[in-house]
Amino acid sequence: MNHLENEINKLKEEISGMWTMVISQLSNAREALMNFDKDLAAEVLFKERMVDVYELKIDKDSESILALYQPVASDLRFVLAVLKINTNIERIADVAKGIAKFVAKSPKETLNQELLTAGRIEELFAMLQSMLSEVFSAFEEENPKLAFKVFAKDELIDKITRSLDDTLADYIRKNPSEIHETMQIFSIVRKLERVGDHCSNIAEEIVFCTEANVLKHSKKKKLKNS
Amino acid sequence: MLKIQTRDLNLFYGSFQALKNISMEIKANKVTALIGPSGCGKSTYLRVFNRMNDLIPNVKIQGDVMIDGENIYRSGINIDELRMNVGMVFQKPNPFPKSIFENVAYGLRVNGIHDKTEIEESVVNSLKQAALWTEVDGKLNKSAYELSGGQQQRLCIARALAIKPSIILMDEPASALDPISTAKIEELIHQLKSEITIVIVTHNMQQASRVSDYTGFFYLGELIEFGKTTKIFTKPDNPHTENYITGRFG
Repeated sequence: MNHLENEINKLKEEISGMWTMVISQLSNAREALMNFDKDLAAEVLFKERMVDVYELKIDKDSESILALYQPVASDLRFVLAVLKINTNIERIADVAKGIAKFVAKSPKETLNQELLTAGRIEELFAMLQSMLSEVFSAFEEENPKLAFKVFAKDELIDKITRSLDDTLADYIRKNPSEIHETMQIFSIVRKLERVGDHCSNIAEEIVFCTEANVLKHSKKKKLKNS
Repeated sequence: MLKIQTRDLNLFYGSFQALKNISMEIKANKVTALIGPSGCGKSTYLRVFNRMNDLIPNVKIQGDVMIDGENIYRSGINIDELRMNVGMVFQKPNPFPKSIFENVAYGLRVNGIHDKTEIEESVVNSLKQAALWTEVDGKLNKSAYELSGGQQQRLCIARALAIKPSIILMDEPASALDPISTAKIEELIHQLKSEITIVIVTHNMQQASRVSDYTGFFYLGELIEFGKTTKIFTKPDNPHTENYITGRFG
């Protein structure tokens, strides 16, 4: 194994470590929200700093590899993909932080379960956690076929979140006193929709890295193999 | 436009086959880099274009080598004319033990040009073209050996340019130079390609990717892959090429 391969393997280990942490952050944010567990929310907020440290380290190490080893072909695609995956995973961690912050700062002790059900929050979380784990496996196994599966799931997430606009508007009409809380749930739905987009972006990078195939801005290509 | 073309080229040093069925099309006014591990045949291939291999005993060549549509191995070809058209720059700068001026003027004189003004103009133009003029202006009568290695290499390029070749072959032209001199040679290659077709052999992968438009990867006397440099260095078709350029070779 040459020096560059060693550096690339180290980078892969780092991003895998960050990824595992973000999967756990998203899972804990879900638990914290569904159970309105303020302690768990505080833990998510604390760990967010560790995600930031990972992000900075991965950026720095990628820059060093580019500057010192001038990788080409599959090595170059790997480093470019890692840089973009890093940004997307960090943003998923930001969503987990945002949800945890909502729970931690809320003066309330419980959340309206009927509203959570109306917002299909549990269902969205489950789908997104599965997508995030799937792209992680695709990355670890260098498996573009697995990455392709994520695109159709993101389409479904978009469809669900679009339908929730009317559902939550109806909820406000029927329960005008809960407008503030409903708006917060609406904001969480929007955040979760963005997590789907990030998973889709990551899947694009995995396909680019493994197959040298650029899928960006090509919905047709993505869904054809999905 | 096509400048050089080889078809089913085989070259033997005695019983050893150094080149195997090489077919390649080199475009005019482009830089083509030949890469590959030591002994792969890239320098042998380069020397085919100005028939330098003819000087080696027991060399046998089969196949076609066309420059501007003419087979340069046909009988009756004028080798001096061929070498005027196809200049060459070697790994180590090899100036003559003469003045800077005489080094550049030499080729003109041996080719029958004796008009003093014409020679002077040509020397100045060639030194300017080789990006050396500003460094040697006023010192033309000094010995070429007083120049640095990088300057000597550019002097050799000026010497080659003076006889107005349409092709320049470069065999590791910067491997003995420091980074600043290397950068100057690479910049010069960029500037020259608007007028001249350049074929360069290099072991430096980054140099090949920086200076060339097309790249050919040789291995054990075979041309494994040839294509646009951007393609070879980002998405090569052949796994051997990928392994070589990423340093996983062997």
